[in-house]
Amino acid sequence: MALYRAHVLICHGTGCASGGSPKVLETFREELQKKNLDKEVLVIATGCHGMCEFGPIVVVYPEGTFYSQVKPEDVAEIVEEHLYKGRIVNRLLYKEPISAQKVCHYKEIPFYGKQHRIVLSNCGYINPDNIDEYISRDGYQALGKCITEMSPAAVIEEMKKSGLRGRGGGGFPTGLKWSFCAASPGNKKYVICNADEGDPGAFMDRSILEGDPHAVLEGMMIGAYAMGADEGYIYCRAEYPLAIKRLQTAIHQATEYGLLGENVLGTDFSFDLHIKEGAGAFVCGEETALMASIEGQRGMPRPRPPFPAVKGLWGKPTNINNVETWANVPRIMLQGAECFAAMGTEKSKGTKVFALTGKVKNTGLVEVPMGITIREIVYEIGGGIIGDKKFKAVQIGGPSGGCLVEEHLDLPVDYESLTAAGAIMGSGGLVVLDESNCMVDTAKFFLEFTQRESCGKCVPCREGTKKMLDILTRITEGNGKPEDLDTLQYLGEQIKATSLCALGGTAPNPVLTTLKYFRHEYEAHINEKRCPAGACQSLLRYTIDPAKCIGCTKCARNCPVNCISGKVKEPHLIDQEKCIKCGACMANCPVGAISKG
Amino acid sequence: MVVGTQQDARSLVREITAPWKGKQGGVIPVLQETQKQIGYLSREAMEAISEELSVPLAELYGVATFYAQFHLKPRGRHIIRVCRGTACHVRGSAKIMERIMSMLGIEENGTTEDLRFTLEPVACLGCCGLAPVVMIDEDTHGRLTDDPAKLQAFLDNYS
Repeated sequence: MALYRAHVLICHGTGCASGGSPKVLETFREELQKKNLDKEVLVIATGCHGMCEFGPIVVVYPEGTFYSQVKPEDVAEIVEEHLYKGRIVNRLLYKEPISAQKVCHYKEIPFYGKQHRIVLSNCGYINPDNIDEYISRDGYQALGKCITEMSPAAVIEEMKKSGLRGRGGGGFPTGLKWSFCAASPGNKKYVICNADEGDPGAFMDRSILEGDPHAVLEGMMIGAYAMGADEGYIYCRAEYPLAIKRLQTAIHQATEYGLLGENVLGTDFSFDLHIKEGAGAFVCGEETALMASIEGQRGMPRPRPPFPAVKGLWGKPTNINNVETWANVPRIMLQGAECFAAMGTEKSKGTKVFALTGKVKNTGLVEVPMGITIREIVYEIGGGIIGDKKFKAVQIGGPSGGCLVEEHLDLPVDYESLTAAGAIMGSGGLVVLDESNCMVDTAKFFLEFTQRESCGKCVPCREGTKKMLDILTRITEGNGKPEDLDTLQYLGEQIKATSLCALGGTAPNPVLTTLKYFRHEYEAHINEKRCPAGACQSLLRYTIDPAKCIGCTKCARNCPVNCISGKVKEPHLIDQEKCIKCGACMANCPVGAISKG
Repeated sequence: MVVGTQQDARSLVREITAPWKGKQGGVIPVLQETQKQIGYLSREAMEAISEELSVPLAELYGVATFYAQFHLKPRGRHIIRVCRGTACHVRGSAKIMERIMSMLGIEENGTTEDLRFTLEPVACLGCCGLAPVVMIDEDTHGRLTDDPAKLQAFLDNYS
């Protein structure tokens, strides 16, 4: 293998790629060639670094210099200054939002400092399209160890000891789940990777698949060996074309190396792996619906028992885990269960990847040890709220989860404490909301989503969420009635208790938690016909301050419904009856005389 | 590729279904491939698939209408997907959707008369760091605003 004095790692995750990183990579190759450095410096396309907000990201090793928002026209300067003369290009360094200082090295960035990257350790560090790079990072060693030195029962025992719990939302102990499937009689069994990451605001699985696909493959193979399965499926949503492409490459390369297929590593263990593209149905993230979809039917859940471990895909014992869970497996088997169990809290071990988004300064993927507080995630990793507005809530767990408020900021993040507070770990979406976000509107947003995605099989979910949404819509339009809040509470509890699957069983959560913590906002909408955050369109009123208005007529000229009247150089007036609340007047006022509220 | 006559649809479907004969789980991949080739699932194609795979037409119709990905009517040459995931929602995706609707003169899930664009909302594209995001065909565009001039310039790239 050729040796290089420097490596330039360019992020090719979806975020950076849409920001133009392929063009940056191409320019690097050209510039290096011009300077005759192409034999000394290697350019590599990697997976996601997690800091998508500041992409495209370029990291130069051996120093680990971290350049952010690099454009093709910046490349010549990096090559000339950094790679040729050895001087860091100061202006392209990442500027830390809290201290406003430039940070030079990857490791010094607070966004990464608090993180504990295990599942994401290869993401952004290796070329995901090259199996050799995965192998050089101890890849497939765990598989080798399991199938040559350990019995299937010993592998399951090790998984149980590690305390790993399902990362897809439910939090069921993985080792225990495996033991059920292993104990089921039958000589045909399946393992499935649930990569139907459908929660709006969650993209950790996508980044793992794009940045480290072999870890998922290796985890599935270890699981298949432990449970006696010889065939597997990865069910990936069609909205993730890059992840599917990288998985195809990974499967192809692993097969060529004899790591996948017949008699893996010369043992009796054989394993076949297929990719199934989803067709766009959120409910297919539910395991029985997912299996129906692989079988080619409508993706509707069915009552359990029988559980998939007994009767799953095509009636055979089947085990389903999600991407992040599978990706944890090789690390656990390689480093030992104790090492993994040393991280986290008593009942929640290891790390969890969160997709930190919304109104924080640093958005992106963060991997933190279980038990970290929400305050640490929002303020130390996330860098606090954009524009230093007031923190209002975090919405955790997506449409199945709930809102947590200021008093929960010091809550340790683990399965139990989140559930106790009314939210759930879920898949790990963490959306930060500030004072300008309306909680009724947020609850309505999530319910609209689950309502639309309800498969319609069971009545509570199909009809109940519809009724709840009708009420919420009425409230945000200023037509709420005082008794609506009790009705919402009652409906929510009934739907949770009686729905067939987890979609309906968790759909009311966003409404129930906002009712609990932000009841006053609901009441303001209903009783005062007012949206305190100024977010609900129908309840908005745009008004012109006559003291500030200079009578320039710009608002009147931009109003699409001609509802603003007034003479030149005299204060103008908005006709509230005709106003459609589009905000065009406010956006065009040169003196800030128009306010909404 | 545009398939016009019934005969063409049938021979295409025969090709697509061939590897799935006698195997389980072919329905969705076959529908996906057919749609990829013809652009949508025409009645002729559906009838041909039903015969080739020996699956009742009613069942096929049930599957095709269950999943958001399948379309029984012709679609535009370019598909605009406006993300309305949580991160995009809190950063103003609804306004962008409205703006594009009024620019193209179509509703959500509508297709322009010249079959140039189809406009669809999508639950989450998974690039929340770039919110708000719009995907046109396979290209992801992030950090958008509802500025009509900018949106127009970016739609002009797709003819």
